[in-house]
This record gives sequence, structure tokens and C-alpha cells, in this order.
Amino acid sequence: MPTMFEKIWSRHVVAEGPGGHTLLYVDRHLLHDGSPEAFRRLRAAGRTVRRPGELVATADHYVPTGAGSEASANEEIRGMVEALARNSRELGITHFGPGDVRQGIVHVIGPEQGLTQPGIVLVCGDSHTATHGAFGALAFGIGSTEVEHVLATQCLWQRKPKVMRITVNGTRPFGVAAKDVILAIIARIGAAGGVGHAIEYAGPVIRGMSMEERMTVCNMSIEAGARAGMIAPDDTTFEYLADRPRAPKGAAWDRALLAWRALRTDAGAGYDRTVEIDGSALEPRITFGTNPSMSAPIRGEVPDPGSVTDAADRAALDRALRYMGLRPGQPLLGHPVDVVFIGSCTNSRIEDLRAAASVLRGRKVAHGVRTLVVPGSRQVKRAAEAEGLDRVFREAGAEWREPGCSMCIAMNGDQLRPGQSAVSTSNRNFEGRQGAGGRTFLASPLTAAASALAGAIADPREILR
Amino acid sequence: MTRTPFRRLESRTAVLARPDIDTDQIIPARFLKGTTRTGLGKHLFAGWRYDESGRPRPDFPLSSPESRGAQVLVAGANFGCGSSREHAPWALLDYGFRAVISSSIADIFRANALKNGLLPVLVDPTTHQVLLSSPGMRVRIDLEACTLGFDDARVSFEVDPFARRCLLDGVDELGFLVSQESAIAAYEAKEEA
Repeated sequence: MPTMFEKIWSRHVVAEGPGGHTLLYVDRHLLHDGSPEAFRRLRAAGRTVRRPGELVATADHYVPTGAGSEASANEEIRGMVEALARNSRELGITHFGPGDVRQGIVHVIGPEQGLTQPGIVLVCGDSHTATHGAFGALAFGIGSTEVEHVLATQCLWQRKPKVMRITVNGTRPFGVAAKDVILAIIARIGAAGGVGHAIEYAGPVIRGMSMEERMTVCNMSIEAGARAGMIAPDDTTFEYLADRPRAPKGAAWDRALLAWRALRTDAGAGYDRTVEIDGSALEPRITFGTNPSMSAPIRGEVPDPGSVTDAADRAALDRALRYMGLRPGQPLLGHPVDVVFIGSCTNSRIEDLRAAASVLRGRKVAHGVRTLVVPGSRQVKRAAEAEGLDRVFREAGAEWREPGCSMCIAMNGDQLRPGQSAVSTSNRNFEGRQGAGGRTFLASPLTAAASALAGAIADPREILR
Repeated sequence: MTRTPFRRLESRTAVLARPDIDTDQIIPARFLKGTTRTGLGKHLFAGWRYDESGRPRPDFPLSSPESRGAQVLVAGANFGCGSSREHAPWALLDYGFRAVISSSIADIFRANALKNGLLPVLVDPTTHQVLLSSPGMRVRIDLEACTLGFDDARVSFEVDPFARRCLLDGVDELGFLVSQESAIAAYEAKEEA
């Protein structure tokens, strides 16, 4: 009675190695513009890429997302984007560079192109690779040395992680987004709660989610310390995948469907840990601290370090509040913001943009608030423009930009200035993550858009009702 | 590829007690634009180590006299969480650290560290507390025996046996990986059939 994880893992075992290690076969390896060192080392060792035809590379981390981006003039940044193009060309790797209609954030374009499929092992040199687990794939982030290993051998030595099931029961209330669900999960199990585990998300709330929403949930597994997060594939998954450019076609599709339907965890399978969440009790959430586990319901208050018993946790919370410029007991609603960022591999897909547009339509962002809307890919951008979402954003006073990681990572010219506060749909509120001295409040696209209108942290339900 | 084998290390410690130190703090993204791994040590913990004008902050723990020359970093729980950037272990190594001790270490960081010869040492919460409260303490790490010694105490720690072998021999995993070619080819043939 294996779990879905166990089924996928055992299917990919090439050899059992020393000390409990498994040589695991990788079906799909996605590359972005942040791993030039792996190529350099591969060359220096005189090795070649084992299956260049299976690789897909895209420009995202460093790619400038618009006019006015300092990056367009920055040689170092341009060099990173160009290095990937050159390495791909020389090694025969498919490359979606700036201007290519398939270019975008690696965790957006994989699913969009049908490269992400149920049952596969997928890796990428980026910690948010767990996103692809939304399709019932085993997908995890790796470092640059491991990128080199996969380039050379299509395999990795791995220790088998434990498996945790997180079940979200009940019915998701009005105004509660997938982002709120995962923020609640991380708050519950903690920033290190998933270390050493792959997480399987289950239960009626997860089952009722679209693929875009499932990707948002799996995306942030790493913020709880879990390298992989996954959801069993079902008809929602298959509908999304059908007719995608790299999805199987014809008889191959029918065969794939049979295999994919058999992936779900068998009844009675055991997990190393199980967690139950009452989805009906969830509310829109926002982070107040400097790691993603520090979040609260949007109508809540900033917690008081004085009420924390563990000394290290108390000191960490106190330090976080000082960095964020918040007082214990202060309501989160109404806290002023300078910037709103809608984008990133967590929340830049078409549904995320529709959600933001539903709040912004016919309204204006508050005076002095800079609002960036950054689609996750060229395909998302095109789809949004076909629906007229770009006009909604522009008329509201927001910037409609080119696809890329943008202000989530602040290495491409889009960033906060010291002391600025941003409500952001990205995944990390670490100190300085969006620019040195910047203060990040993580939230859903609905909450981010409502906050842009108010110029302060706002509850989207008040606008949507 | 070969490098200096890691067998024994005796050093004083530097202590960063806060929990959940993420890789964005270890090496901020603005320093990742180079295409090589050397020279990152001067940017290690840059956001905490330097003030707005780039001057070293005298109160930063790594700058304290008792931690000078420390090759062992003792850090709060969940060290190395966040981004998978391998620049994190590169920056720690370039600064001069050869081991990191904590009660829990993030999965991707730990894998990256082991592949670069930076030893992650996991200790129990009691030992962790003792080490956190004694910056500059002399510790002895014996990877052959998998023990950590300090004062009159000695505790065992666990390391992935395979990674330990690679560290002791000063070899990288890729050589061994490439030697599995026949098994990889057999797997591919079976899958394509």
C-alpha cells in the first residue's frame, strides 16, 4: 500500500548506493539564468551533457522586466542572461530567451508547456521547484553542483525523505485564496516543520482547487522546509495538461492517462506524519515578520514577543518586528505600504492576474503607491492582454511589466528602497529579500490588490462583497 | 575533482544564535551576479555585518575578538533555510569556515555544504545551548569517529555515510556517479522499451 511519493520514487531507482543512498533517475531538468557555475565546472572537467534534447532553459531571475529597470543598463546582469543563451546554444539545449514567446519564470513555463507531467522526477536549481509537484510529480530544488551532476548523468544520489500528509478539510470561505491556505499551513507546522520530508497535500479544499491554485500551495513547501510538495493528479490536472505543446498526444495520451490515474496514494498507506487543517476556519492572511511562518489573519494584530516562552523564538520575533517597523498589539489592517508587487513563481499565473484585476477593475491605486504587475510568462502576458487585463491594471494606475522574477528576488533591477514597505504576492519576506532594508508583507493577489487601493494593508473581502 | 580531505578540525567557534538564518542573509542576492564562486567571503552576512555606508559593525558577532579566525560556526536552529543558492556554502568557505553546527539544518543547504567540503554538524538541543552560549569556545571535530569534543565533553553526530566518505577522501561525488554508467544506461533502455 504505497503512497504516491513511494510509487514515483521506486519507479526511478537506478541503483542502491552506499550508506542508504539511492541513485535516482531524473526525467526532466529545467534550467534558468542563475547556474553558470554548473556549466563552467562541467566544461572544466571535460564532461558533456548526457541528454541535451531533454533540457529546457529559460531566462527569469536576471531578466529585466521593463523600461525604467536599471538592469537594462547593467552589464553584469546582462551577462548572466547572455551566459545561459550561449551555454544553451553551444550544448544543444532548448532555450527560451528574452523575446521568445515561451519565455517566463521557470516554474510557470514548465507546466504551461506541458513539460511538467504526473509521475515524473523533475529537478531545477531553484528551491521553488516543488511547484511542479502540483501535477503529482516528484519535483525538488537542487544546488549548482547537483545541476552539474544531472547535466552529466541525468541522475542524482539522494536519501529518501520521509513523507508527511497535510489534509485541508472543510470548505474554503469566500475571499480565502490558495496563498492564504499555504500561509496557514506554514504558520501551523513552522519554518522548519517540513525539513527532511516530502509533503503530500490532500483533502477537499485541495481537491477543489484549480491547477494554478495547487501550484501556489506546492510552491511554498520549501518555506516550511520541505524540498518537495505534491498533489495527486485528477481530472483537473488532466484537463490542464491536454493539448499542451509537450504533453503526450493521441494514443500516447491515453496510455499516459491510465498510468497517471494509478499514481494516487493507495487506501491504507502509512505516512511518517499527518497534519489536519480546518479549511472552513481559514481567513485571508498576511505576514508580519521576516520568515514566511510569521503570518496572521488579516484582521489580527501584531503578536507580542513578551507572550512567547521560548527565549530564542522571543528574540527572533522581537528582532523581526523591529526590522519590519511594527509594534506588538498593533492591528495589521491599515498599516501603510509604499509598493505592491503582484508576480513571482507563487502568484503570477493567469488566475492570479484575474483575481487582482477583479479587485482593481474601475478603481485607482492610492496616490504614491507604486504597483507592479509582472506576468509569469509571455503566454500569461498574452492571455491577460487578450482579456483586457492589462488595461484594467493600467487604468488603475499600476505598471504592466514584462515577464520575469522581478521584485521577488531583487537581482534584476526591480527592488525596494531601504525602509519601504511592500505587500507582495511572492514567497519570501526575509530581511532584504526585495532590496536591502526593504520590508515585505506576503499576501494573496486579492489582498495585494486591495492594499494597493487603500495604500495600506486591506481586507479584500470588503471590496469583493 | 579532488580537494583537501576533511578528517579532523580543531578551532574556536563563532556564534550566530538567531534561528532560521536563511541563505539570503548568508549571501544576499545582489552579490550573486558574478559567474564564479571565489571572493564571496567578504560579502558573507553582508546585510548584518556592514552598516549602510559599508563599514563593518563592531557589534556583529563574527567581528568579535574571541571569534577571530574561527573555522567553526555555531548557528541557531534551521540554519540555511530558503533559496537553494550554492553561493551560501561557497561564501562560508571563502570566509574561512569549514564546519557549521546547529540543532537543525535545512535540507538543500546541507546537501550543498557537503558537496563543497563544508561539514554540517547536527547536535542535540542541550549541546546546542552550551555551544550557543560560549562564543570562542574551542571545539574538536573528528569526522573519522563522527565526534564533536568541547571542554571535557564529547558527543557523536551523524553524517550521511556516503558524503562522509567523499569528505574523508577529498573526492567529489560526481566521479562515483559517472562510474554508474552501466546502471544508468540499463535503466534508460528499460524505460524506453
